[in-house]
Amino acid sequence: MKYEVDQLGFYGRYGGAFIPELLHQNIAELQENYLEIMESPDFQRQFNKLLCDYAGRPSPLYFAKRLSKKYQTKIYLKREDLNHTGSHKINNTIGQILLAKHLGKTRIIAETGAGQHGVATATVTALAGLECVVYMGEKDMERQASNVARMKMLGATVKPATSGSKTLKDATNEAIRDWINHPQDTYYIIGSVVGPHPYPDMVARFQSVISEEMMQQLAAQTGRDYPDRIIACIGGGSNAAGAYYHFLDNDAVELVSVEAGGLGIDSGHSAATSILGTDGVIHASLTMLMQNVDGQIIEPYSISAGLDYPGIGPLHAHLISSGRTKVLTATDDEAVKAGYELTRLEGIIPALESAHALAALPKIKFKPDEITVVNLSGRGDKDLSTYLKYLND
Amino acid sequence: MGKQRLQRLFQEKKTNLLSIYLTAGYPEKDAMPKLIKTLADKKVDFIEAGMPYSDPLADGAVIQYSSNVALQNGMSLSLYFKQIAQIRPEVDLPLLFMGYFNQILKTGINRFLQQCKTAGIDGLIIPDLSPEIYQARYQKIFEKYDLSLIFLISPTTSEERIKMIDNLSSGFIYVVSSSATTGKSGGFGEEHLQYFEKIHQMFLKNPKMIGFGIDSAEKYQTACRYANGAIIGSAFIKALSSTDYLQSANAFIDKILRFN
Repeated sequence: MKYEVDQLGFYGRYGGAFIPELLHQNIAELQENYLEIMESPDFQRQFNKLLCDYAGRPSPLYFAKRLSKKYQTKIYLKREDLNHTGSHKINNTIGQILLAKHLGKTRIIAETGAGQHGVATATVTALAGLECVVYMGEKDMERQASNVARMKMLGATVKPATSGSKTLKDATNEAIRDWINHPQDTYYIIGSVVGPHPYPDMVARFQSVISEEMMQQLAAQTGRDYPDRIIACIGGGSNAAGAYYHFLDNDAVELVSVEAGGLGIDSGHSAATSILGTDGVIHASLTMLMQNVDGQIIEPYSISAGLDYPGIGPLHAHLISSGRTKVLTATDDEAVKAGYELTRLEGIIPALESAHALAALPKIKFKPDEITVVNLSGRGDKDLSTYLKYLND
Repeated sequence: MGKQRLQRLFQEKKTNLLSIYLTAGYPEKDAMPKLIKTLADKKVDFIEAGMPYSDPLADGAVIQYSSNVALQNGMSLSLYFKQIAQIRPEVDLPLLFMGYFNQILKTGINRFLQQCKTAGIDGLIIPDLSPEIYQARYQKIFEKYDLSLIFLISPTTSEERIKMIDNLSSGFIYVVSSSATTGKSGGFGEEHLQYFEKIHQMFLKNPKMIGFGIDSAEKYQTACRYANGAIIGSAFIKALSSTDYLQSANAFIDKILRFN
C-alpha cells in the first residue's frame, strides 16, 4: 500500500509521535504490540464476533432511490448510523477495549466532541466492566446534552474541558493530561485517526471494516466491487479513513472529503483545516493545523461538534497534499439543509457531521451511471434541537 | 554564547543549583526582563523562559493559566526574543527557551534557532520533542547552532533509554519527579526517593536537575541531595502577585533558599 505509515509513524511528512517523555512508555507499549495483538486470530475472532452480534454489523449499503433521482445519478448510503450507539465510532471502541484488556489496563479515558465517541466508549467499558472517564468540552456538553445523559446512564464520568474554545481540541488536551497523570493503569481510547502513532493507523484499521463491507456489498448489488466515488465528512477523519481504506490504492475511486466550513471559509468562524491550515503539530501529530504565525492554535468553529477541530488526521493531510483526496467544504447552513433533504427524501435523519458529507452532493457534477457512496457516519437523534431551531426560522 | 554558558555553570557549581521557570508575558506583558533581572540578583542559577503556548499538553492548571493570561497580554515570539535580547547584556546567567515544538516548527527550525542565538538564548527545553523524532529528523539542524538541548526523563523511563537520552543531551538532564503534569504538589514519598537514588547511582555524563512539583524549601533540599539542583515552575508562578510581582518573586526565592 502506498499510504501506510513508516517505522516512526509518518505518512509522508505527516504523523509521528511528538509526545512528552511522560507518555513514552505507554505509547511505545502500543507501538510495539498493536499490530501483533490486532492480527492474532484470537483477537480477530473476538473483534468480529462483537462487531456482528453486539454492534449489528454488517451495516447496510442502501441504494437511495429518491436522492439518486434528484441528483440524476446512483447514490448509495453506507448506513453506519444503524450501528449500536448510532455511529461508526463503535467499530473503533470495540477494537480498542479488547486491546486495553489485552494490555491489562483497568481504567479507560476518552475525549469526545459530538459525544458519539464518548457514548461508544462508555458502552464498551460498561460491557467490559471497566472504569470510564470521558472528557468533553463544556460547550459540547451543552449542545450534545442527550449524549452526556447517555454516557452518565452507562456509568461513565463526564468531565468538562473548560479551556480554550471548550470543544473537542480542549477535551483531547485534558485526556492527554489525564494519561500523563495515570500512566500505569489507564488506557486512552482515542476516537479518531489523530494523536500520536500508532493511533492514526490503529483507528484506521479498526474502521476499515466499513470499506471492507462496502466492497462485498457493491459487488453483490452492482456487480463491481468498487464505486466511482466515496464521499465522507472529516473532522479528525475516522469515518472517512474507514470508508476509504480498502480503496486507497485504487485510483479509479474518487475520494471526496468534506470539511466543516462553519459560517464560511473566510468568516473567521470555520473548521476547514486543509484550506485554512498549515503544517503543524497538534495532539502529538504533525499534520495540517489551523494556527497563527507563532504556531498558536486557532480556535475552530462548526455547528457540528464532531467536526469542530482545528486539525485533521495525518493520513488525511498526506492524502490531501498528495492529491489522492479532493476536499470540499460545507457551511453550517448547507449541512442543515442537506440533513433536511435526506430526511424528507429518504426518511433518514443524519447526524450533523454526516449532513456535511451530504451537503457535497449539489457541488458535484454526476454522470447518470456513476456510483457514489456517501458514508452516513451517524444518526441525527443527538442533533434534533439544532435541526429544530432551523425549522422554526 | 550557546552551550558554553550552561557548561561553565555546571563546572563551577555542582550542588544546590536553583532554576526558575517563568512564563513570558505573565503577570504583565513586560514582566519577563524585570523578573529575569530580579532572579539573577537573587543568585538564581539559571532561568527557563517559557514562551506561552495555546495548548500546553505537559502542563497543569497553573501554567495553563499563566500561558493563557500571557497570550491575552499580547506575548508573541517576536516580543519574546526582543525582551530576551533586551535583558541579555544585563545578566550573565544561562537563559533557556522553554516551549512546545509547534512554535519552532511553524517559525522554521533554522530561523527559530537563529533567533535564539541572536537574542542570547543558551539552550532549549522542548517537552514534546521526543528523542526518537529528534534523532531521525532534526538533530543535524539543531547541531549547527551549538545550543544546549535538554531532554526529560520520567519515572517510567527505562535505564537503557536514560543512557540514550544522556548521550543525546547537552547541558543537563531534566529529571521529572513524578508521573504527572507540572504543578502537582504533595511530598516526596519513598517511591520518589528510590527513583532519584536509582538515577543518582547511574553516574550519568550530564548533570541532573529535578523538576515538576517542587514547591517548598524542603522539597528543594531533598532534590538537591540526589541531583545537582532543582527547577521550580508552577509554585513560582503561583506566588507572583499581580500588584507587586517583583517583590513576591524576591520573597519566594528567600523562602526556597532559607536553609542554604
